[in-house]
Amino acid sequence: MTGTLDKELPAEPLLVADDVVVEYPSKGWRKPPFRVLKGVSIAIGAGETLGLVGESGSGKTTLGRAVLGLAPVTSGTVRYRGKVISGLGRKERRALSDDIQVVFQDPYTSLNPAMTVTDVLSEPLRVAGTSRTEAEKRVKDLLDQVRLPADAGERLPREFSGGQRQRIAIARALSRDPRVVVCDEPVSALDLSTQARVLDLFVEIQERTGVAYLFVTHDLSVVRHISHRVAVMCGGEIVETGDAATVTTAPEHPYTQRLLLAAPVPDPGRQAERRAERHRLAAAMAAGTSSNTSVIASTSGDRA
Amino acid sequence: MIVFLVRRIAAGLVLVLVIATTTFALMGLTGSDPVRQIVGQTATRQQVAAKSAELGLDQSFVARYGHWLSDAVHGNLGSSWFSGESVTGSLANKLPVTLSIVLAALLLAAVLSTVLGVAAAVRRGALDQLVQLLAVLGFAVPSFLVALVFAVVIGVDLGWLPATGYVPLADSAGGWLKSITLPALSLSVGAIAATAQQVRGSMVDVLRADYVRTLRSRGISERSLLFRHALRNAAPAALTVLALQFIGLVGGAVVVEKVFGLNGIGSQATTAGSQGDTPVVMGVVVVMVALVVVVNILMDLAYGWLNPKVRVG
Amino acid sequence: MTLPQPEATAHTAAVPGRAGLLRRLLRSPVAVTCLVLLVLISLAGLFAPLLTGQDPAHTSLTDSLAPMSGKHPLGGDGVGRDVLARLLYGTRTSLLGALLAVAVALVIGVPAGLVAGYYRKWFDAVSSWLANLLMAVPAIIVLLVVMSAVGQNTYIAMAVFGVLMSPGVFRLIRASVISVREELYVDAARVSGLADPRIIRRHILPVVQAPTVIQAAQMLGLGIVIQSGLEFLGLGSADQASWGSMLNDAFANIYTRPVLMVWPGVALAVTVAAFGLLGNALRDALDGSAVKARRPRGAARKRAAEKKAPSATHETSGADDALLVLEGLKVSYPTAEGEKTVVGGVSLTVRRGEVLGLVGESGSGKSQTAFAVLGLLPREARVSSGRLVFDGKELAGLGRAEMNRYRGRRIAYVPQEPMSNLDPSFRIGSQLVEPVRRHLGLSAAEARAKTLGLLERVGIADPERVFDSYPHQISGGMAQRVLIAGAVSCEPDLLIADEPTTALDVTVQAEVLDLIRSLQRERNMGVILVTHDFGVVADICDRVTVMQTGAVVESAPVRQLFAEPRHPYTRMLLSSTLEDAEPRSALGPAVPASVATSMNTARQEGPA
Repeated sequence: MTGTLDKELPAEPLLVADDVVVEYPSKGWRKPPFRVLKGVSIAIGAGETLGLVGESGSGKTTLGRAVLGLAPVTSGTVRYRGKVISGLGRKERRALSDDIQVVFQDPYTSLNPAMTVTDVLSEPLRVAGTSRTEAEKRVKDLLDQVRLPADAGERLPREFSGGQRQRIAIARALSRDPRVVVCDEPVSALDLSTQARVLDLFVEIQERTGVAYLFVTHDLSVVRHISHRVAVMCGGEIVETGDAATVTTAPEHPYTQRLLLAAPVPDPGRQAERRAERHRLAAAMAAGTSSNTSVIASTSGDRA
Repeated sequence: MIVFLVRRIAAGLVLVLVIATTTFALMGLTGSDPVRQIVGQTATRQQVAAKSAELGLDQSFVARYGHWLSDAVHGNLGSSWFSGESVTGSLANKLPVTLSIVLAALLLAAVLSTVLGVAAAVRRGALDQLVQLLAVLGFAVPSFLVALVFAVVIGVDLGWLPATGYVPLADSAGGWLKSITLPALSLSVGAIAATAQQVRGSMVDVLRADYVRTLRSRGISERSLLFRHALRNAAPAALTVLALQFIGLVGGAVVVEKVFGLNGIGSQATTAGSQGDTPVVMGVVVVMVALVVVVNILMDLAYGWLNPKVRVG
Repeated sequence: MTLPQPEATAHTAAVPGRAGLLRRLLRSPVAVTCLVLLVLISLAGLFAPLLTGQDPAHTSLTDSLAPMSGKHPLGGDGVGRDVLARLLYGTRTSLLGALLAVAVALVIGVPAGLVAGYYRKWFDAVSSWLANLLMAVPAIIVLLVVMSAVGQNTYIAMAVFGVLMSPGVFRLIRASVISVREELYVDAARVSGLADPRIIRRHILPVVQAPTVIQAAQMLGLGIVIQSGLEFLGLGSADQASWGSMLNDAFANIYTRPVLMVWPGVALAVTVAAFGLLGNALRDALDGSAVKARRPRGAARKRAAEKKAPSATHETSGADDALLVLEGLKVSYPTAEGEKTVVGGVSLTVRRGEVLGLVGESGSGKSQTAFAVLGLLPREARVSSGRLVFDGKELAGLGRAEMNRYRGRRIAYVPQEPMSNLDPSFRIGSQLVEPVRRHLGLSAAEARAKTLGLLERVGIADPERVFDSYPHQISGGMAQRVLIAGAVSCEPDLLIADEPTTALDVTVQAEVLDLIRSLQRERNMGVILVTHDFGVVADICDRVTVMQTGAVVESAPVRQLFAEPRHPYTRMLLSSTLEDAEPRSALGPAVPASVATSMNTARQEGPA
């Protein structure tokens, strides 16, 4: 409907981040800027989900924001269909809103509480020049796609539960048929059973529309469920990438191993084994390095 | 700490300088003709010219300002165009009056607003409504109206406290206290109301905070919870409001002094302002702004002491 | 998270629709009274010439201090002017002057605040500096100077006062804009391709509107007060009737005719109070609609709770080694729509040395149950329980002081969010020492030594440094260790941990669970672990109680629960865990050309 496919560059995947560095100025006087991303490279093909896993402070959310143009890229580039999109002016950036969209983590603050669902969903359409009646038709269709009742449009976001709100946010992201959606922890604020249903919705939409996801999360089991490929971040760098099955079951990098072994399995017997294995690994690492509380720092140091 | 203090004092000096310059410009560049007022309508042209020269008004504006500034830096604020009295001297005489009622009002506001605010937050119910009512009244009834009512009812009808006049502290401590009670009380009503409401609001928020629940889970006494932990955390926000209120107190003193017939800086400001007596106006403005700056720095220090994040960071 | 505190509105931007706000405002009797009063006062000023035939400026020595009469319904003032006429015409001066001041303040403050808050950079720095400067000067002094410089004119003075009030508007607007700008929905709007002017119009202005109206109402009151103060001092336009100049005249005649003070005084107080109360009512209307922004689930939950409560089977009540026996706990909250039950008859048992997992989704009442045992529910909660027996003693109905002998000493609590659960104003050491000294009666030095030992025990490498740190100086994982140290400091028999690892990273979570387990074994504590995570349950719990909508649906030993869950809800929860889901296979080599074609087809197949 909106995406233009005229100039396809076959040599490159749909979305590429190439050696991206993001720095924020430090608070103190004459202190060096704080480097959140230290040269990160990823690539996402059309219709593909790249899971981006990491703990807090790993820079995974910042990478998502850099792709969206919401974080300043100090060096390196983000390219979409071969065209550099990092460091664009506000106006040029707006032109990309057809193609790249977002679903945020917190369904309670990502929707304007004063706007009805129809207003929320038609806003991106109206900006793109769709007529009011066309937009309303499209909104009905979108609500249907995310399994919300047709009368949801007249209501305010606060009348919905967390899971339903997240469906509204997904519908907003889909309204202009984007090719890439950045999903920033979109299910971590949701209850377990809701989480599974929303994830299924993501998968189903992808299979139908061929949209690509950059799926940011801290949860290995979520990432396994939704991703084709996985990248693991730690301390502003990517420590491991690979297909989802390998990275989430038999990781190579010690940090990913630690991450995997730390996530408890919902099965008492298997969890006891996993715990024992984690203790073994920790003991082995303690033998190597003497620090016991800040293993994260030491693992990121291991790389290089 | 030292750096912080030096920075705040520098900022305060800049503030005083900017205000003084603006005031001087306003007084000096506008159309009014003070000389004519001083010498009278019947004076001859020569008399006017002579007076102008005597006051230095024949010089350029910049020269006059430079003159005033260099004198002021040396502690000499000139003398009144009308009475010829030294500004520094008369300010020194009148400052104790104003300082007494303003600081007493500040103290009253700090103590009473804390008591009322904490009580309202903890007890809720009728007491809470009383504080809310007081807040509206304190906002709606200007301090000079309160002063009028106090002067008539308590001062004259009941005769409990003097309705006019000021007794210096050096003469009699009891007399001083009596003479400033009504002015300070009427001046502080608005500040008490506003600050009490803030104390109440922050206390309610703090008492709802997670860490208060956790402290309670450790079985510490309710008194320690309220006065050691909750009040300490509610204080910074209240202090900010109190600092703003203090600026209002200084302004309010001008009006309250008139009601109680106090010969302070405020009444001096009124007279000098209506006469266009530039040296006196300048003196009053500098002293009042300096007072605000000093008290604000003290409040900032208290704020830093209360809030470890500011202190360490 | 699951606490239904009606006042807890974390979202600053919870703004109601405008129509809703007005309707809510008109429902408040105070607001309606104020509005009616203000309309009447404005009309009185507007139609002053119709209401009195007297000239407010006409002096007549014969009418000096005249009593009330047909000619002068409110009498005459010191120089024989008609008091009623002056009061009515004075209304004009007061309202017009105040409106002028507020208009000036808004015209300067709103645009400046919007630009400074939205774009920040140099404009923000410069305008904030100017605002601080203006705010530090007493308004009356400035007005005195201005009046002596440009002459006695009330309206000029009020325009200048508007400039002096503009920093207040500026700060308010700037702060609201900054807080909204950080909201995710503004980011989403930007990603949707909205240009800045449109974002400001659609998302920022609506949020700023309400506080601005509130502030304007209060500034109108303030303007009237300041204006009357100036006129009282004898400044302002001499030929204009005004409330302040009436008070000035009344002051001159205060001993002979004090009643002259009453008319302008009352007019002044009523008008200003009406503006102030209207502002408050507006704020309340705004807050009131923000309250509703929480998750609405009430009715369904209540029904479910009542239905399920009796059917809950309970295998071990009355066991001999029971440390805690809870029977028939009910918790409800009063709401506008009536009583809302969040826990409807919960029974559970914890044995000595056992870890009981209390599992459920949000709204299941698991945290409420835990807080009820600790006696830490918010004060508006209504609690009734059949029995709450701890170590053989009935705790239900104990007062705060009696409960404090158990809390911390024998029953301890570990919260969910580590950072918000430490008092930010006190050093960590002093927070830990206080309960130790109180409960165990140790000296300061003994308590310090014990606390340092505890910090070391919970795995903190440098106890001395942490002891002397403030909470904001340590990490979340370390804060959780500190809180655990605090909980176990008086060697409690029962530890209640409410989602103790939910806010932590998985690697830290694993370490914290290890710590809780080792402390529990070492001290043979009973533990209630509230969680939503079956992985955590599998890791640490001996027995599990599953809750749904305020009621217990199933209780079982941990292995039994995972192996053969009996209740359909438990089965549904367990099947929702993603752990055993098949990983998605890779999409094949990401050769863009082929992907592009497949994407093309996909797009055609997609819904139009």
